[in-house]
Amino acid sequence: MELITLAYLVSGVLFILALRGLSSPETSRQGNLYGMVGMAIAVGVTLIALLINNALDPVTIVLILVGIAAGGTIGTVVARKVSMTAMPQLVAAFHSLVGMAACMVAIGALYAPRAFHIDNGLDGIKLQSIIELALGCAIGAITFTGSVIAFAKLNGNMSGAPIILPARHLLNIALGVGIVVLIGIMIATDGRASWAFWGIFALALILGITLIIPIGGADMPVVVSMLNSYSGWAAAALGFTLENIALIITGALVGSSGAILSYIMCKAMNRNFFSVIMGGFGGDTAAVAGGKVEARPVKTGSAEDAAFIMKNASKVIIVPGYGMAVAQAQHALREMADKLKEEGVEVKYAIHPVAGRMPGHMNVLLAEANVPYDEVFELEDINSEFATADVAFVIGANDVTNPAAKTDPTSAIYGMPILDVEKARTVLFVKRGMAAGYAGVENELFFRDNTMMLFADAKKMVEGIVKGL
Amino acid sequence: METVFHFAIFVLAIFVGYYVVWSVTPALHTPLMAVTNAISSVIIVGALIAAASQAAGPAGADINTWIAKGAGAIASALAAVNIFGGFMVTRRMLAMYKKKEKKIEGGAH
Repeated sequence: MELITLAYLVSGVLFILALRGLSSPETSRQGNLYGMVGMAIAVGVTLIALLINNALDPVTIVLILVGIAAGGTIGTVVARKVSMTAMPQLVAAFHSLVGMAACMVAIGALYAPRAFHIDNGLDGIKLQSIIELALGCAIGAITFTGSVIAFAKLNGNMSGAPIILPARHLLNIALGVGIVVLIGIMIATDGRASWAFWGIFALALILGITLIIPIGGADMPVVVSMLNSYSGWAAAALGFTLENIALIITGALVGSSGAILSYIMCKAMNRNFFSVIMGGFGGDTAAVAGGKVEARPVKTGSAEDAAFIMKNASKVIIVPGYGMAVAQAQHALREMADKLKEEGVEVKYAIHPVAGRMPGHMNVLLAEANVPYDEVFELEDINSEFATADVAFVIGANDVTNPAAKTDPTSAIYGMPILDVEKARTVLFVKRGMAAGYAGVENELFFRDNTMMLFADAKKMVEGIVKGL
Repeated sequence: METVFHFAIFVLAIFVGYYVVWSVTPALHTPLMAVTNAISSVIIVGALIAAASQAAGPAGADINTWIAKGAGAIASALAAVNIFGGFMVTRRMLAMYKKKEKKIEGGAH
């Protein structure tokens, strides 16, 4: 028994090393390997323990094999086929599965308390385990439906606009109170009231939906990180029930990982975490844009103009945003950068923390397009370089470059750290139209003398520039 | 005592997580999310135990045991999607972050 616990500890430590490896691209692949070994140890040891306890009869073996084979096949196929632009929705889908798996394990423990050593000897369940199971199931269910909504919003099955239900805060509070009452009933009946457990499950599923639908599409980096965190806490709650060290350690790691990512995302938008999860942001874009219809002159240019300007530059900084992902322009962009480098131009990439729909989204797309990662810089590392750049090439980004965040205290994005593209000698803006950014704020950069707007689909424009070089 | 011991591990692991995750380079935040998905699927150990649950009496499995076994099998499948999918997609992403041979740049200098 001690050996088994020790093995779980080893697997927990390997998971820590898996995350540790991600501190640099060179060590990251090694880290991923540690993670796989840790998982193999955890699964192997569990099976050995079950074998020792004579719990592996033929029916059970078939159940487990079919489950793992089916899941493993689906996971493998999806992981091979998914495109890198679809990574945010894939991660959301994975979160939902962790949430549902947690619910299923909690249900399993409720119906077979002896197998989990949590029975109180009187046909009931230990008090502590009831609370853990109920919490694990509730958080798991919220993670599940919340992630399904996030998936639908990211995948375009559902509009990214916030959906505001009447009295939504009251509704959420009522659902929360209902869950607490049902947990109370579970405790009072020593876990025999299985209907109360299904009630918790059902209310938490609804709560997951009502919590996420009011949150707008571009706040999804925060939501995806937050759900990441939830899935960790659900796992940790069940780790206590199972008295499994690997699960407890992993739950704590994933829980804090998601929480830190949410924090980083909120800080990068200068938004309060609670204001993000309360939702409603980004819904009044139309109203704001409608109020300011005065036509101000902007300088527009063609692909040839842009090619000419960049060819004669000595330093170009590329600022990608979600629009690049939508247009799948990353490959064309790298081609453009290659051509520029052939002309002797220095090319760098500047990434805002909330560019795209999930943390690190732009980095993955650029990596996919074979952009060397040492040419890609984070905001604080490159911001001072815009002053020495001849061209800032903004492709599919908007709000993260808006100087109003620094100068206009009345702006919705005031205080948000931005990329100082306006300090570059020339700013080239690839955009489909004059629409305001997600925050509904007009970008005064468009009207400056040193800005040239390149109105087109990002990919077509970049391909045009490549031809012109 | 046992519970306090587990709780201590939990609290310490949160601290470890805090420092380890802050040291993750922002460029790898997407792989971080994918790999945390994969490792949190270690919940499969609970799924296996549920799938292997046995009836207490000699009368064979009752309905409750079958519910537990079914839930366990479903949970195993869901967790397996994440384990295989999560680690493989992470590997696919990390492979793209390999140091590139700089043919193009070499030609320019």
